[in-house]
Amino acid sequence: MANAIVEIQDLSFGYKGRLLHKGINMTFPKGKVVAIMGGSGSGKTTLLRLIGGQLKPTKGQVQVGGEVVHQQDREGIYRLRRKMGMLFQHGALFTDLSVFENVAFPMREHTNLPESMIRDLVLLKLNAVGLRGAHALMPTELSGGMARRVALARAIALDPSIIMYDEPFAGLDPISMAVICDLIRSLNDALGATSIIVTHDVEETFQFADYVYFVADGVVAAEGTPDDLRNSELPFVHQFVHGEKDGPVPFHYAAPEYHASLLRGAR
Amino acid sequence: MVLHKLKRMLSKLGAGCINKIWRLGAGGRLFWLTLISSGESFRRFRLTIREVYFTGVLSLIIILVSAFFVGMVLALQGYHTLQKYGSSEAIGVLVALALVRELGPVVTALLFAGRAGTAITAEIGLMKATEQLSAMEMMAVSPIARVIAPRFWAGVIAMPVLATLFSMVGILGGYLVAVPLIGVDAGAFWSQMQANVDWEYDILNGVFKSVVFGVACTMIALFEGYDAPPTAEGVSRATTRTVVTSSLAVLGLDFILTSFMIAV
Ligand SMILES: Nc1ncnc2c1ncn2[C@@H]1O[C@H](COP(=O)(O)OP(=O)(O)OP(=O)(O)O)[C@@H](O)[C@H]1O
Ligand SMILES: [Mg+2]
Repeated sequence: MANAIVEIQDLSFGYKGRLLHKGINMTFPKGKVVAIMGGSGSGKTTLLRLIGGQLKPTKGQVQVGGEVVHQQDREGIYRLRRKMGMLFQHGALFTDLSVFENVAFPMREHTNLPESMIRDLVLLKLNAVGLRGAHALMPTELSGGMARRVALARAIALDPSIIMYDEPFAGLDPISMAVICDLIRSLNDALGATSIIVTHDVEETFQFADYVYFVADGVVAAEGTPDDLRNSELPFVHQFVHGEKDGPVPFHYAAPEYHASLLRGAR
Repeated sequence: MVLHKLKRMLSKLGAGCINKIWRLGAGGRLFWLTLISSGESFRRFRLTIREVYFTGVLSLIIILVSAFFVGMVLALQGYHTLQKYGSSEAIGVLVALALVRELGPVVTALLFAGRAGTAITAEIGLMKATEQLSAMEMMAVSPIARVIAPRFWAGVIAMPVLATLFSMVGILGGYLVAVPLIGVDAGAFWSQMQANVDWEYDILNGVFKSVVFGVACTMIALFEGYDAPPTAEGVSRATTRTVVTSSLAVLGLDFILTSFMIAV
């Protein structure tokens, strides 16, 4: 695709020999909200790390803005990352800095803005996630959902053109969830940013994503617009979308047969 | 059977050795990266100052109190022996030389490893476990320049200062025991000390030692934290290893440095 800003081509990756991804292809067009869905442990967080260049693919490549990520030197990777914002699954706020300083951190590191400007910008970002009043708190004084919203404010501090969200809705109440949904959409439309969202939340995601990828067994098991997928006949997609226990997606991590291991004694 | 056991033992020993050597290499690499990132972190020297406060200033109490007691004990023990030879005025020299040349740098480094080193390891290990270092990387900020290097230089700056204070307070403790308590002549105490403690040979060598210990202790603490498995257990083990490795490194380095200094 011509206007693809992030492109994953035939990507394989595994920790310690066990292949987690086996030839994944994905395209993230500029200005779109694309969701990656899949079971727990299917390697979604790992995929974001590969896009950010924190891991090297075993095979294949990831391109960001036409440049191959794993072929960059440190300077090159940092240059690419300055265009990206990432919301970590567990927030990853700096525990020795206040909420305000956490959001100000990327600004202080990468810009020479005057203090008054930084202050205005930080409060603006915190306002967007509804936590302007919490700017003086330390991360330990926040609830899980609040910490995640602060992390979101930090991820968008420098108005990145690619924003990766690792489970932005986990641990949020329905109201915050709706607000964050709107925020993601409006950031995307106002800034022309591209959003990559990793999530389990089928309903929420289907309402506002432009395109959805399902990963299972290390490959893209299904893809399409939410409408396509809702009507999909694929048993896998059907199971996931409707949250059924029985189907092609296993709940268990790959393990020897249960009865056999009971008889042998667990190992 | 025995052969089999022997083979297993040998391979375990080999694996252990390889692991140790690997870690030594990884530590050396971190040291090198820290050095080349130092320019970047010197430009924001406020960060280093902040760490000097956390590693140095907060270690002051334990260092000074220990120094005071070490000095008093030295004077008691020294006097006990020296008076047998009728040279109890030499007590000032004995206390000063023991502190400046050996006990100041070494005991300070051991206390530093326990007080500041463990704190550094735990902090870095937890920052890693909670993905703070990863997040920093993703923001295109090098954790080595932003987190590791300031702590390294803070330790290297704090250690000689602490060791110097240790020696000074130790001498004060020795004085209090020798002069007011035992009744050694104050003039003899100070003048003998002044005449027999050499600026270059004793004091500068002592400071040099503590700089080397500062590099070793801080780097070991940083490496253990940076290398810790990102779990509670991993961090706690790393903290223990910091104390063990730092202490052994300090004592070993002390022997090597002393033998060079005495030979020269
Ligand atoms: N640092 C690591 N070393 C070794 N294995 C890892 C590491 N990180 C993750 N894994 C393994 O890789 C697999 C995928 O992990 P990942 O975090 O990408 O899953 P995920 O899809 O994000 O899951 P979740 O939805 O639960 O967050 C897991 O099976 C995990 O055991
Ligand atoms: Mg995950």
